[in-house]
Order: sequence, then C-alpha cells, then structure tokens
Amino acid sequence: MNPKTTDRIATFVLYTIAFLIVSVLFGLLAYILYHGFQRIDLQFITSPPETMKAGGGIGPQLFNSLYLLVLTLIITIPLGLGGGIYLAEYAPKNKVTDAIRLSIEVLSSLPSIVVGLFGLMVFVNVMGWGFSILSGACALTVFNLPLLVRVVEESLRSVPREQKEASLAMGISHWTTIRKVLLPVALPGIITGTILASGRIFGEAAALLFTAGMSSPDLNFSDWSFTTPVSPLNPFRPAETLAVHIWKVNSEGLIPDARAVADGASAILVLTVLFFNLFARWFGRWIYKRLTAS
Amino acid sequence: MDSLQKNGLITEELNVYYGTNHAVKDINLTFPKHTVSALIGPSGCGKSTYLRSLNRMNDLVEGTRVTGKIWFEGHDINDQGEDLQQLRRRIGMVWQKPNPFFKSVYENVAFAPRYHGMKNLDEIVESCLRKAALWDEVKDRLKDSALALSGGQQQRLCIARTLALGPSVLLLDEPTSALDPISTAKIEELMFDLKKDYTIIMVTHNMQQAARISDQTAFFLLGELIEVDQTKRLFTNPKQKKTEDYITGRFG
Repeated sequence: MNPKTTDRIATFVLYTIAFLIVSVLFGLLAYILYHGFQRIDLQFITSPPETMKAGGGIGPQLFNSLYLLVLTLIITIPLGLGGGIYLAEYAPKNKVTDAIRLSIEVLSSLPSIVVGLFGLMVFVNVMGWGFSILSGACALTVFNLPLLVRVVEESLRSVPREQKEASLAMGISHWTTIRKVLLPVALPGIITGTILASGRIFGEAAALLFTAGMSSPDLNFSDWSFTTPVSPLNPFRPAETLAVHIWKVNSEGLIPDARAVADGASAILVLTVLFFNLFARWFGRWIYKRLTAS
Repeated sequence: MDSLQKNGLITEELNVYYGTNHAVKDINLTFPKHTVSALIGPSGCGKSTYLRSLNRMNDLVEGTRVTGKIWFEGHDINDQGEDLQQLRRRIGMVWQKPNPFFKSVYENVAFAPRYHGMKNLDEIVESCLRKAALWDEVKDRLKDSALALSGGQQQRLCIARTLALGPSVLLLDEPTSALDPISTAKIEELMFDLKKDYTIIMVTHNMQQAARISDQTAFFLLGELIEVDQTKRLFTNPKQKKTEDYITGRFG
C-alpha cells in the first residue's frame, strides 16, 4: 500500500473514532437532559422528597451535595497545598519520597466503595461521628486529597525554573519565594484543578452510602446554627446527597414517580458538573489574565 | 588585603563537580573593581557553571560540589557558614532569557527591597529604572504587567531589579543572546555606564561583544581556563594556540 493511501485510511479511522466518542457523549447528554427537563421546575429543585406519594423534590439533597463539597474542600485544600508544596519544593529525591508518591497513586485509584467502607469503619464507628456530613467529607477527602496534591505539585513544577532562581538570587528565602513568586503563577492551574476535582466529589455516591448516610432529616432552612439536629449546617447530621438519592429512589424507592425523580435529579447532577467544568476553564483563564495582565 | 581592596572578586583554585563530572577545573581569576570581564568559550566549557558558583547558585542544583575559595569583600564566600541571603544582595545576577516576575513593572523592582526591609521604595524603583535606561519607556505603565514589555525592555527590567538591592558585583549570563540587535546595543551601552559603579562579570557567546565592551577576557575550554588577559591583547595577540584557534573561528 502506498503512503498516501495509508494516510487516508488512518485519517478516516481516527475521524470515525472521534465521531463515535462525541456522538456517544452527546447522545447521553441529550437523553439525560431531555428526560430530566420534563420534571425539573423550581418546586422540584427546592422542595423535600416524598416517601410514599408522587411529587417530591430534591431540595435538601441538592443542598447536602453542595454543603458536603464545601466541607470537603475546607479539609482538602490546606492539606493538598501543604502536600503539593512539600513534594514540589522540599521533598528530597530518595526512597521515602518515592514511597509517598506511590501511596498517593494507590490512594487515588482506590475503588470508591472501598473508601466508603473504610470511612464506615474509621469515621462512622471508631471516631463515633455516625452517619454524618463530617464522616462523608472525610471519606471524600481520602480520594480527593491525592488528586489535589498532584494538581498543586504539577502546577508548581510548571512554573518556569528561572522564576524561582531569580527570586533566590536576590536573597529572598525559599518560603517567601514559594508564597510570593511561585504560588501566584501556579494559582490558575491549582484553581482549575480544584474545581475539576470538585465535579468528581459532587457526583460521588458509593463512598457516601456508608458515611454520609442515605437519609436526610427534615431540614429547617431558617435554622442556621451548627448544633441543632435540623439545621442544614450541622455537620453531625446524616446527609443524603443528590447522587446517593438517585441510587436510592432507583433501587429501593417506594414513590410512584421514582423514574421521573431520578431523571430530574440526574439532569441537575450532570448540569452542575458540566457547569463546574466550564466555570473552571473560564475562571482559570480569567485569573491568569488578572495575575499577568496578558 | 591591598589586592582585595582593589579587586571586586577573586577565585582561588575553584572546582565544580556535577556528581562525578568535573565541570570546572582549578580556576584562578581576579576581577578588578569597576571593570567588565568577559568569559568566552564554546558551549559546555564550564563558563556558565563557573559564573553560577560566584553567588552560590550552584547550591540549588542537587549533587553539585564547589571547592576552592571565592574572595569577596574581605572573606571567603564559598564557606559553609556564609549567609547566602546577604551575599546575594551584594552579588546580583541576570539570566540569558529575560525572566521578569509575573508581576507589575513596579513590583518587579520593589519586591526584593521590600522583602529586605528597605525604605523609600518609590525612589528605589525610579532610580534603578533610570540606571537601567528604562524609566522613560515605562514610567507611565509601572502598574502594567512586566510580561507586556518587549524582550529587550524585560532584560533591562531584570537588570534594574538586580540593581535595586545595591549590589557591588553583577553576574550576567549571556544577557543579550535572546535579544535583537537594537536591544543588544542598548544593553551593551548600559553595561558601559554601569561599570562606573559595579564590577561586571559576563558570560558571552558573542566574541564581537566581548571585544566591544569588556576590559578583560577569560577563555574557557573543557572546564579549564586557557588564557586570561586584557581584552585588546587577548584578541590581537593571544599567547595560546587554542585561544587563537577559537577567536579566529577554527572551532567552537
């Protein structure tokens, strides 16, 4: 076969594969959104679910998902920054560092149901936090942390080496160099990576089944104390998230409109994750422009 | 002591090792105050490595060892106990590729002085930008990003930033090799002005440049110092055959 024909065939095959992937993606998206939008309205998004009859919403679940995300980020961001800075700037090249890296790889590839069971054992039982938002957030931290550590490390490493040298060559300490020279340049990458990781937290179900629980108390959205059992902000209350709710109504729901509720909830979930992704791209670019005025 | 007063910097038997690679071998060089010295030689001859050891930047490269003495302001700065933060305020460095911080023009100059607790930042910024012959071009855009400047302006900004700490020695690592001829001419002119107040040590690939602006030239080859002399004499009447071969373009 002559090179020209080979080239044409290769091009055709690659285009076909690309087309297949894109059409599967769009097909799925269109399917989910089409079915979902038949159910979605303001009442669906804001009102609590029903246990027996039709017409329930997903208000508390949506709130739980967002609150759990915020709590997880509050725990993960400082730890991720610390770990990432350590690996990028301080860790010497030796066996210990290699072992840390390997652990991070393993941690990020653990099946989420295993992380969930680990959370059930450690956070729910040993720590005695019960099925709670805090237990859920800690379980999510277990596999969000490696992602974030890597994002921070990669972003710091991608800062041109000359930036660091220039700063150190003016007698500026390593720590100040990291804070004032390297981190501002790495920030867009860190933010984008964090938001993308958030998308994954938002859609997580398996790790939360046994940690954040599969129920939500009757939340009183006018009670914003951290301690009362019906307060939305109480971190020690159980909190069924959107993704868990989809799983639950589908597998053991008694409501007659389970299918429609699941469709609507799925659409909301997909839209939110999609929003995270687009927002991350836009925000990363915006921050970069702000910091470099380019 | 008398020679230390007159001289900006002296290295005695300076050796640099990268792991097992002996990159710079027994260099004895003297850099008189208020002169421009050029280090020339083919790629990989160790001249940049030598330059980087003068403000201890090689300490940052894992597996690097520097032995020998570097006399500066009355003592050996290659000593383990040397305060590197203070040392680097006195010996500034400019790189081959302009590397301004991802900050505003003003902040590029003010950043290090502020860190070291110096006062009157506005004055420092203006006087250093003037010394670097950049003030007139950037005085209306001090708040703009330094990355929006042209390559030549960025390099002069890097020089201004280095001057802000009040060093006495400037190390320049091929400062014009990434610039166009006009910017190069500006930087060369600048070095001519700056040598009134500073001791300048410059690595260059460009022999015309070394001949144009330096007072003394040192020729490096494979980590060794082959010859050092007043620039005029070295280019017109080299003592070593290897130097002659190099400057006449027979290799390198």
